[in-house]
Amino acid sequence: MTRFFRSRLVWPMGALVALVLLNTISRPSFLSISVKNGQLYGSIIDILRDSAPLMLVALGMTLVIATRGIDLSVGAVMAISGAVALQFISKSTSPNRVGTVLIAIGIGVFITLLLGLWNGFLVAVVGIQPIIATLVLMLGGRGIALLITGGFITTITSSPYAQMAQGHLLGLPLAFFFSVGAIAIVGLLVRRTALGVLTESVGINPSASRLAGVRSRGIIWSIYGISGLLAGLAGILYSSNIMAADSNNAGFLIELDAILAVVLGGTSLRGGKFTLSGTVIGVFIIQTLTSTITFLGVPPAVTPVFKALVVILVCLSQSSRVRQYLGRIRHLRAAKPPIRLSGLETEVLAERKSG
Amino acid sequence: MAVDGEPVLEVTAANLRFAGEFALDAVNFRMFAGEVHSLMGENGAGKSTLIRALTGDLHLDSGKIRFYGHPLEFPNPAAAQRAGISTVYQEIDVLPNLTVAENIMLGREPRRWGFIDWKQMRVAATEALSALGVDIDPASRLSSHRLATHQMVAIARAISADVKVLVLDEPTSSLDQDEVAELFRVIRELKARGVAILFVSHFLEQVYEICDRITVLRNGKLVGEYLTPQLLRIDLVQKMLGSDANRFDILNAKQSPPIERDGRTVIVRARGIARRGRLPATNVEVFEGELLGFAGLLGSGRTELARLLVGVESIDAGELTIDGVRRRLRKPRQALHIGLAYSSENRRSEGIIPELTLRENINLALQAERGWLRRISHHRQTELTASWIEALDIRPTNPEGLARHLSGGNQQKLILARLMALAPRLIALDEPTRGIDIGAKIEIQHLITDLVDAGLTVIFISAELEEVLRVAHRIVVLRDRQIVATVNPNVATIEMLLSLVAKAEDDE
Repeated sequence: MTRFFRSRLVWPMGALVALVLLNTISRPSFLSISVKNGQLYGSIIDILRDSAPLMLVALGMTLVIATRGIDLSVGAVMAISGAVALQFISKSTSPNRVGTVLIAIGIGVFITLLLGLWNGFLVAVVGIQPIIATLVLMLGGRGIALLITGGFITTITSSPYAQMAQGHLLGLPLAFFFSVGAIAIVGLLVRRTALGVLTESVGINPSASRLAGVRSRGIIWSIYGISGLLAGLAGILYSSNIMAADSNNAGFLIELDAILAVVLGGTSLRGGKFTLSGTVIGVFIIQTLTSTITFLGVPPAVTPVFKALVVILVCLSQSSRVRQYLGRIRHLRAAKPPIRLSGLETEVLAERKSG
Repeated sequence: MAVDGEPVLEVTAANLRFAGEFALDAVNFRMFAGEVHSLMGENGAGKSTLIRALTGDLHLDSGKIRFYGHPLEFPNPAAAQRAGISTVYQEIDVLPNLTVAENIMLGREPRRWGFIDWKQMRVAATEALSALGVDIDPASRLSSHRLATHQMVAIARAISADVKVLVLDEPTSSLDQDEVAELFRVIRELKARGVAILFVSHFLEQVYEICDRITVLRNGKLVGEYLTPQLLRIDLVQKMLGSDANRFDILNAKQSPPIERDGRTVIVRARGIARRGRLPATNVEVFEGELLGFAGLLGSGRTELARLLVGVESIDAGELTIDGVRRRLRKPRQALHIGLAYSSENRRSEGIIPELTLRENINLALQAERGWLRRISHHRQTELTASWIEALDIRPTNPEGLARHLSGGNQQKLILARLMALAPRLIALDEPTRGIDIGAKIEIQHLITDLVDAGLTVIFISAELEEVLRVAHRIVVLRDRQIVATVNPNVATIEMLLSLVAKAEDDE
C-alpha cells in the first residue's frame, strides 16, 4: 500500500478518480452503461472512444518529451494523413472495398512517418531546437494538407473507412481498440527492447550517454518518426469520425492537449524518465474534463479556461519550490528540523559534484 | 603593493557543507583596497564556493563576513552589487545581440517619463567605457567586437556603479595574449583607483604578473595567505596540490616492472595530433599493458590530450595510429568499438545517468554497443550488475537503487564497471579519485593497478602528483598545453615533478 502511495501515478490517478466522482455526483447517469443492439453506450464509453486520437498522439509525445524534445507538429500531421487517405479514397473507383481503404491508410501513415523523420532529422542531425524544428511543420503542415485536398474539405462515402472511428467490436467502440493496440505496441517497443532505457539515458544526460557510446542521434531521430506515425494514425481516426478531411480543424491544438496529458501523467518536461501508463491516465483526465465541461453546460469556447486551471495546478504540484514548501510544512508539523537545503543550494550541490 | 590596515572585505571561519561534506572548512580570506588578490586551488578546492558566498549567491553555515568592518551577509548577488561588490563570471554573461550601451546599462537603464532615455544611456555607457580606457562606439552591436571587448563590457557593467570589490572569475580563459594585456591594463587602472580585485585564474604566469597577494585553498580548507613576491612558484603549486604522501603507505611500491620500451607493443601512437583551441600539435605513445600517468595542473592540457587520444573528441590535424592502423575517430562510439574507453573528470555531468538505476547504468555501454533491438535480458542484466557490484565493491549494493544516491567514489566505480563491461583494451581515467575520501581513493587506486596487472592499459590523470608517482609506470608531464617531459617514476621525485609542472626555473 505504501508502495502504491509512493508511486508517481498516485496523483494523476487521484485526479481521475476525483473527476469521475464529481461527474457521478452531479449526474448519476455518468457511470451507467446501456446496451443497444449488442453495443455498449454511455458517457464512459464515449470517453473511451473519443480519447483515441489524443491517446495515439500523447503516446508519441511522451517519447519525444523523454528525449528532452517536443513535437508541436502533431496536429498538422493529423490533418495531412487524413487529407492523403481521403483524397486517395475519393479518387478511387471502389471506395467501399476494404483493400482500397487499407491502401489509403497505409499511404497516409507512411507519409506521416516520413514527416516525423523529417522532424527528427532537423532535431537530431541539423541540431535545431525541437520547438522550432517542429514549429516548421506545425505551420506548414496544414497548408500541405490543403494543397492535397485542393483547398476543399474532401468528403467521402466509404463504409469500411467509417468503421474505424464509428464501428464496434465485441460491443465496444473500435476506436478504443486502436488506443489499446497502440498502448500495447508502444509499451512493448520501449520496454521489451532497449529503446526505452536508451531514450531515458539520452534524455537525462546526453553527454554521458555519448561517452557510453549510445547512438543518441539515431534514437532521437526514430522517436520523432514514431511520433509522426502515431499522429498519422490519429488523423485517420479523426477523419473517419467525420468522414471528411478538414485540414483546418483536424487535430487543431491537439499538441497542447497531448503535452498536457504527458505532464499530467507525471513525465517531466525536462526529459528523462517517462511513464506511458501515466500518459494514459493523463489522456483520460483530459477527455473526462472535456466531457464534464460540456455536461455542465459551459460553452465549449470556455473549455480552455478549465484546462488552464488544470495546467496551473499540475505545474504547481511539479514545481520543486512548492514541493519543498509543502515538505517543510509537513516537517514542521512532524516537529522535525526543517530541511536546510534550499532549491538554490541543491543546484549548487549538483554543480559542485559535477565540476 | 601590500596595504596594511583594515580589509575592505573579510571572511572568517567560513563553513559551508553540502550534504554533509565540507565545501568550505574554517576558511579565512580578506581583500584590501588597491590590491589584486588571487584565489588559487585545483578543482573542488572551494574557490567558486567562496566567491559565491562572498557575493551573496550562497549562504554560509557559520562564519562571519565583514565589509569595511561591519558584519553582514548579502541576501543575494543584487544586494552585494548595490553595496559595491561586483562579479564577472567565467562564462561572460553578456548579450551579443544587444548594443554595447544596452549591455553596460542592462537592468539600470536611465528613464524619462517611464521610457528609456537612449541618449542618456549612451552617454553613461561612454563614460563607463572611457573610465576603462576603452574607445568603442556604444551604439554598435556587441557581437561585432572581439571577445576581449566582451570582457571589457562585462567589466564596465560591473564597475559603472561605484565599485569597491571586483571579482574576476577566470577572465582570461578565452583571451589571447594581446587581449590579456589589455585586460591587465584595465585591472591596473582599477587598482590605482583603490578597487579591491579578486583575480581567479589557473594561469600561473598571469597570477604572478598581476597579483599582489595569493590565498591558497585545498579541498575546502585554507592552506594559507601569501604575498606574491614571497611565494615561489614551486611552493605555490605544492600548496595547491598538497601532499598526502604518508597516507598512501597502504599502496606499496608497484609490483609491475618499469617499461622496457623496445619489445613492447604500442597501442596508441599520436603524431602531431591537435585540435584548434584545445591542444597544439602533440606527439605521444601509449604502450600495451602500461599505466601511463598524465601530470599537470588544471588547464595544462592533460584532459584535452586524453580526450583526443581515446577519440572522445576528433583531431583537426596529425595522425592517430591505433594498433598500427591509422584511424579517424569522430565519436566515443567508434573508439569504444575498437576498445578505447574514457571516464570523464566530471562524474555527474559526463559520467553517471543520475536518475537511472545501478543496473541500467552499468549495462548502458554494453546495451548501446548491442543496439536497442537486442536488449540484454533482465536476468542477464541482473547477473552482470551483481558481479560488477561485487567485483568493484560498489555500495549500497542494491542494483535497483538510483545512481544519484551513490557517493563520489562509488559513482566512479559505477562508471568503471560500465566501461569494463565492454572489455576495453585501454581506459583513460580522468581524475578518477577527485573529490572522494581517502579510503575510497586508495580502493580505486588498487582497482586500477589490479586491472593493469590483468592486462588492461590505463591512462591515469590526476592533479595529485603523489598519486601519479605512486601508481604510474611512466609519467607524461604537461604544462601550458604541451608535453614538457616524460618521466620514469622509479627515479623521479615529487620535487622534480613539481618543478616540471610549475616551470620552477623562472623563480631562480
